[in-house]
Amino acid sequence: MFDLDRWREIFQSINKNRLRSVMSGFTVAFAILLFTLLFGVASGLGNFFKSAFADDAQNMMFVRVWKTTKPYKGLQTGRAIQLKNTDYNYVTEEYEDQIQYQSARIYKNFSIKYKNEASTYNVRAVHPDHQFLEKTLMDEGRYLNNRDLREKSKVIVIGRLIKKDLFGEKPALGKRVNVNGSSFLIIGIFSDEGGDNEERMAYVPVTTVQMMYGNNDYISQINLGYNPNLSTDAAIAFGKKVERNMRKRLNIHPDDQSALSVRNMAEANKFVSILMFALFLIIGFIGSGTLVAGIIGISNIMIFVIKERTKEFGIRKALGATPGSIIGMVVQESVLITTLAGYFGLTLGTYILSAIGNSLEEQYFIKDPSVSSGIVIGATVVLIISGLIAGYVPAKRAARIKPIEALRAD
Amino acid sequence: MIRIEKLHKSYPIGKDSLHVLKGIDLHIKEGEFVSIMGSSGSGKSTLLNIVGLLDIHDEGDYYLNGQLIKDLNEKKAAILRNKFLGFVFQSFNLISYKTALENVALPLYYKGMNRKERLKVAMDYLDKVGLKDWASHLPSELSGGQKQRVAIARALVTNPKVVLADEPTGALDTTTTDSVMDLLKDINDEGMTVFVITHEEEVAEQTKRIVRLRDGVIISDTLTKAAKAL
Repeated sequence: MFDLDRWREIFQSINKNRLRSVMSGFTVAFAILLFTLLFGVASGLGNFFKSAFADDAQNMMFVRVWKTTKPYKGLQTGRAIQLKNTDYNYVTEEYEDQIQYQSARIYKNFSIKYKNEASTYNVRAVHPDHQFLEKTLMDEGRYLNNRDLREKSKVIVIGRLIKKDLFGEKPALGKRVNVNGSSFLIIGIFSDEGGDNEERMAYVPVTTVQMMYGNNDYISQINLGYNPNLSTDAAIAFGKKVERNMRKRLNIHPDDQSALSVRNMAEANKFVSILMFALFLIIGFIGSGTLVAGIIGISNIMIFVIKERTKEFGIRKALGATPGSIIGMVVQESVLITTLAGYFGLTLGTYILSAIGNSLEEQYFIKDPSVSSGIVIGATVVLIISGLIAGYVPAKRAARIKPIEALRAD
Repeated sequence: MIRIEKLHKSYPIGKDSLHVLKGIDLHIKEGEFVSIMGSSGSGKSTLLNIVGLLDIHDEGDYYLNGQLIKDLNEKKAAILRNKFLGFVFQSFNLISYKTALENVALPLYYKGMNRKERLKVAMDYLDKVGLKDWASHLPSELSGGQKQRVAIARALVTNPKVVLADEPTGALDTTTTDSVMDLLKDINDEGMTVFVITHEEEVAEQTKRIVRLRDGVIISDTLTKAAKAL
């Protein structure tokens, strides 16, 4: 029911009592502002955690080896473990069903030279699936393929920054560079969200590097992408199983963490999601506490306001105002102030969050803080309801006051 | 217009109760100009509150405009007040943030009249009390006499059956008192029933009938010289 006269009465009352209205509005606006900022910052933290792992595939897992630190089956400690092609083949064939992507990795430092420009770079010798595991983004040309592996081609995919170092603004695709003495064809240029180090790097076929080192079968690391259909827990179990079997296969003591370990993103994912859940629980608790404090605040102010207006209500009643019309007026005024002030707080909060943007990412791990529309709608509903409650309780009391008592208070 | 029979009213004070009105019988006909006199504590304000439907009596019967007032809830009382009664208070009781015109128009808002019409009617009544030029002023910009005249215009604006005035001149000096009383007399001359409560003899003398209260009972009920002169 829209009653223009009622609204006129309310606007007049708000307008003529600005300080009072602003004070009660401020409480709500401030509560909502804090609420918005809290939720925004929490979601910003969440976004940071998510993106911190976005550099690599979410389902990545890798098997790494060092030296043994425990004697086992008559073998001494300090023995260096070497992974080989057979280990790679064993894992990829044995667990085919549980694997989405697979690649070996050999770490090398090669000098790469083009005309007079030369520098030493990290070079990774990998399989084609490595592109997906590392989330390598192709800017130009293509990534390594199976034919390159089969033919042990001398081809190289260079990072955006290597291209910048050696070629500047000139085209690099299709040019030949000198890699550790051999001529390699540049077949692609990539970028990576993982930062500068990941972009000052090059990829070559595993088989080509092994050939360069006298056709050996050594590899540094096995990288896998577990089947994304696996649940987090199943993926963690899969990682443990690979770790156990690889230790057995390489005669490593089952507890020798330093000799061989499987780093599994599933564990990090699980940790992050638990952390985020806990964070939102805390924020939710504090946030709703802030809202409740705001509601109590406006309720207190309304009680004071109504005390101040007791005489006015008495006059109105003497002139023929029904208790219902007094309650309606007070509640409507309260809802209007809460909603407007709350909306103001919400807008200000959203504005601050968008102004913050990504500027706090480096130091405070807050990325793109924002509140979802669900939370905004929820908060608005809470506001209106709280305005109703905040206004209704004292208004009910005001309407019950007898006009004579109100008028006697001179 | 107003008929009161064996009216009793007490107020609880702690465990005891104070018996304020002890069996009042009063009959006021349409068009009368009556004053209730009494010292403070005589029960005159209580009587006005009951007549004005601002308070409820304990015992006895009260007929307003022929209607028995009984078991009134707040809503019904509010509607009856709006329809039959106009109030004038000692302390004016104007709403401070509304202009003179808006104050006069307020009872019509509760009557459900639309804004344009009620402002027009209110302006007519302001004109009647001689304050048309002050319509857009706030109460704080008006003198005491002017405020009381605005209050009288507000009491009249719904065209009630009875105007109830509680010490209408109590806060005014002699000159303004006379002008307010003249205004009430004019209203009465036009046929309105006016019911004044006062403790000032000079004010009471200007009405047509004086009812004296002492300790909750009527001790005298006489016509004044003003009435006899007619």
